[in-house]
Amino acid sequence: MEVNQSPLGRNERRVDADVKVTGQAVFTGDMYVSGMLHTAFKRSPHAFAKIVRIDTSEASKLPGVKRIVTGEEFPTNLGLYMGDKPVMARGVVRHYGEHVAAVIADTKKQAEAAVNLIKVEYEIKKPILSVSDALQADAELIHPDIMSYATIPAIIPQEGTNVPNLTKIRKGDIDKAFGEAAHTVKSSVSIPIGDHVAMERRAATCRITADGDVHITSSTQAPFVVKSLLGIFFNIPPGKIIVDTPFVGGGFGGKAGLQLEGLAYALSKSVGGRPVMVENSREDDMVTSPGHMGLEATVELAADSQGKLLGLRGEYNYNSGAYADYAVNISRAGAIAGTGPYRVDNVHIDSRCVYTNLPFSTAFRGFGHIEMIFAVERAMSELANKIGLDPYEIRHKNAIQPGDTTPVQSLLGRSTGNLRGCLDLVKNELGDITEVEQVDGKIRAKSIVSFWKAPAMPTNTDAGAILTFNIDGSCNINTGIIEIGQGTKTGLVQLVAETLRVETDMVHVEIGVRTRTSPTDWATAASRALMMAGSAAVEAAQDALDQMYDTAEAVLKVPKRLLDHGGGRIFEKDHPDIGLSFAEIALGYVYPDGNTIKGQIIGRGRYVAHKLTGIDPDTGQGHPDLEWTIGSHGIQVLVDPNTGIFEIERAICAMDVGKVVNPDLARGQVIGSMSMGIGYTIYEGFKFNSRGQITNENLRDHKIMRYGQQPKYDVFFLETPQLDGPYGLRGLGEPGITGMPAAISNALSRALGRPIRHIPFTPEKLAMEDHHE
Amino acid sequence: MKQYEDHIQMEFSLNGERVTTRFDVDETLLHVVRNRIGLKGQKGGCLNGDCGACTMLIDGVPVKSCLMLAIDAEGKEVTTIEGLKDTPVQKAFVAKQGFQCGYCTSGFVMNTHALLQAHPDADEETIQNWLSANLCRCTGYEGIEEAVKMAQKNL
Ligand code: FES
Ligand code: FES
Repeated sequence: MEVNQSPLGRNERRVDADVKVTGQAVFTGDMYVSGMLHTAFKRSPHAFAKIVRIDTSEASKLPGVKRIVTGEEFPTNLGLYMGDKPVMARGVVRHYGEHVAAVIADTKKQAEAAVNLIKVEYEIKKPILSVSDALQADAELIHPDIMSYATIPAIIPQEGTNVPNLTKIRKGDIDKAFGEAAHTVKSSVSIPIGDHVAMERRAATCRITADGDVHITSSTQAPFVVKSLLGIFFNIPPGKIIVDTPFVGGGFGGKAGLQLEGLAYALSKSVGGRPVMVENSREDDMVTSPGHMGLEATVELAADSQGKLLGLRGEYNYNSGAYADYAVNISRAGAIAGTGPYRVDNVHIDSRCVYTNLPFSTAFRGFGHIEMIFAVERAMSELANKIGLDPYEIRHKNAIQPGDTTPVQSLLGRSTGNLRGCLDLVKNELGDITEVEQVDGKIRAKSIVSFWKAPAMPTNTDAGAILTFNIDGSCNINTGIIEIGQGTKTGLVQLVAETLRVETDMVHVEIGVRTRTSPTDWATAASRALMMAGSAAVEAAQDALDQMYDTAEAVLKVPKRLLDHGGGRIFEKDHPDIGLSFAEIALGYVYPDGNTIKGQIIGRGRYVAHKLTGIDPDTGQGHPDLEWTIGSHGIQVLVDPNTGIFEIERAICAMDVGKVVNPDLARGQVIGSMSMGIGYTIYEGFKFNSRGQITNENLRDHKIMRYGQQPKYDVFFLETPQLDGPYGLRGLGEPGITGMPAAISNALSRALGRPIRHIPFTPEKLAMEDHHE
Repeated sequence: MKQYEDHIQMEFSLNGERVTTRFDVDETLLHVVRNRIGLKGQKGGCLNGDCGACTMLIDGVPVKSCLMLAIDAEGKEVTTIEGLKDTPVQKAFVAKQGFQCGYCTSGFVMNTHALLQAHPDADEETIQNWLSANLCRCTGYEGIEEAVKMAQKNL
């Protein structure tokens, strides 16, 4: 083999680096076609109200206005896992900011001017603003027709309630566990709803051409979901739907599922298929499009006298806001993983997705795990305190191992990550976790927590890769993976270069995805892209090699088994100098007399999740969990107990990722996750008034982390191979956020000597409110 | 025929070239550069002055172009990301992973470029004062911080 260094484990330069630092990377909102019409939306100022009348007469007289449409024109409901969301509000608005009417005009300015003249008369109802209110027996039903919505079978709506999904986990004998326990604790936490704040606002365009083709361009993480859902909900043959996705400016889950595409299609159709652009304002992006779920949770733990966990009782009530199209599966994912990465033989969890009259939610980095782990790890720390155990010890003792079973009773195999190793790495950095230091009137304290995450995907989640070749023997990778910033395209190049044994400059990768030509791929979500599309890409490279060996066998007249490849050649093992370059074979071998054999090489690779099942509706038993990424976080804070002002001095993450393909990119993903986790925990979350109106729907009032607020980050990777991942790798894009709220909470709780349980942990809260807990 | 008095024609310098363009008086510089002229490198993350993705240099000074009326650029030198090529800042952003999705990157590069022109020896506090004008949701800022330091060394 002539390649000096394996492309795996190398800090390969990102394939998108040059276009991104020169402003040449093209995003959906940059793409206009001639004749494109623009849109603006009338939004609801109320959280819950009946729409009595919509008067568009004045508005439609304005110059440039092509059409004004209201929700009544579109009888369809949309939704990924639960079809509960109208294209635009019909008859009732269920959250502040909901779309009530759309103006289509020649320019954005004209559309906005017309929106201001639309008059809507409402009959205001009392909004339900918390999960606990929504769960009251006499609570008004936000979706009285809950049982009539289309759902996937995994979702179990509760008739006559505000609960579109209830997931039950029943494992072992919970009453016995609590009966025999030497120690028990009970702890409650809460998280407000909030937003992803991807820097690119969501955008989608649609035009319908004379041949009936529906051309969508969208800032989506899931173009194939868009294709299939538009097909189902609008009754379009899927082959007639072409979804194009260029670069996407951050997703974090918020651009998965169906977003603005259905609206763009409906609006384009209403003007005879003319091209229409729907682009969110920042405010729309925050409250009209979905954000992340909130949570009210209670966890009870039972342990023996040594701190070994005997049982966990969990009540996870996820706040989905007004709609639950994607969110019904998030509360389910939180249940499936509901104990955190600990061996617990007796488990009783009720995990609910709950409707309220707040802006609705969708997938968010961590997919239900960030919330659940906060609840579990807060309780773990309270248990450790109660028993007088070191926070590291109690986690080490209970760490899940191969041979243990998960809450859904699936058996963990040899691919299980090494939690104890991760805890050791974090502890090595922080030293004695219980140490509390006084520094000039401030208190320095530390924490350690564990986390895990499994994707919650359809059982047939798939990916594909096609490898075509160029005349110089280099190849082109085509997959359905979206470049949302995570760097998967670069990772794919590294995997294919490794398999073909060529330098990475011989491997090109297509950035954009077009559903008519790219192989089907479930979605760029669930930290699955490099694992699944990577598997497919490796298989495609092997398939291409197979074909090249065929050609070489025929030309060299040497059986395949006596051939090898490396440095862009197929050669005889016995006489490495005798061989053929990829360039000579890639598009068919041409003999000196002009005769040509075999034709071009086209590599095909497929991936489909194996042996996945749903879960039992009464016990949760099943195997929905394909792979687990496991790790540990550590935090060090310095807090002024009088003002509540604090600084996160250090943030540490150790994670077992199976195989590090590109250390810089892997670290970038983990740090990005950690920083988002810090923002989520200490700055973010929506604020609203008693009428349910969001009062911080912009980036001035809804703060995210700014430059200068970042802590010192430390990231460590372990490599226990994932046996079904390409070269042993598993997903790492999300787990780095999942333990952050818990870690920050536990460090602050230690510093202040009382449990800190309600996100966001603002200085005001730390100094005042939590005193009264 | 009608003549509109709020439609104006203006000349300014964009990335070193003279441009003449027409627009309505109430249009922002970001809108005019992106949609009238067609340079899309600078992004509108919020259109509200909060994110810095739209940062352009006006006579070398970084300005949030979503908050500036285009008419105020008359006779000025406007620089966008399309006007920078192979600068130490861009090279450092590549070398140190100062970006992921790239949406904030044009704004960060412009602001960093201006910062290091104005303060080649900027200390941490100065860097922080300048760069806290921009938001990045992807990187957690470590790569950006390292990129700024590397660019500073290689000026
Ligand atoms: S777009 Fe100008 S500051 Fe955000
Ligand atoms: S790189 Fe995505 S917002 Fe900065």
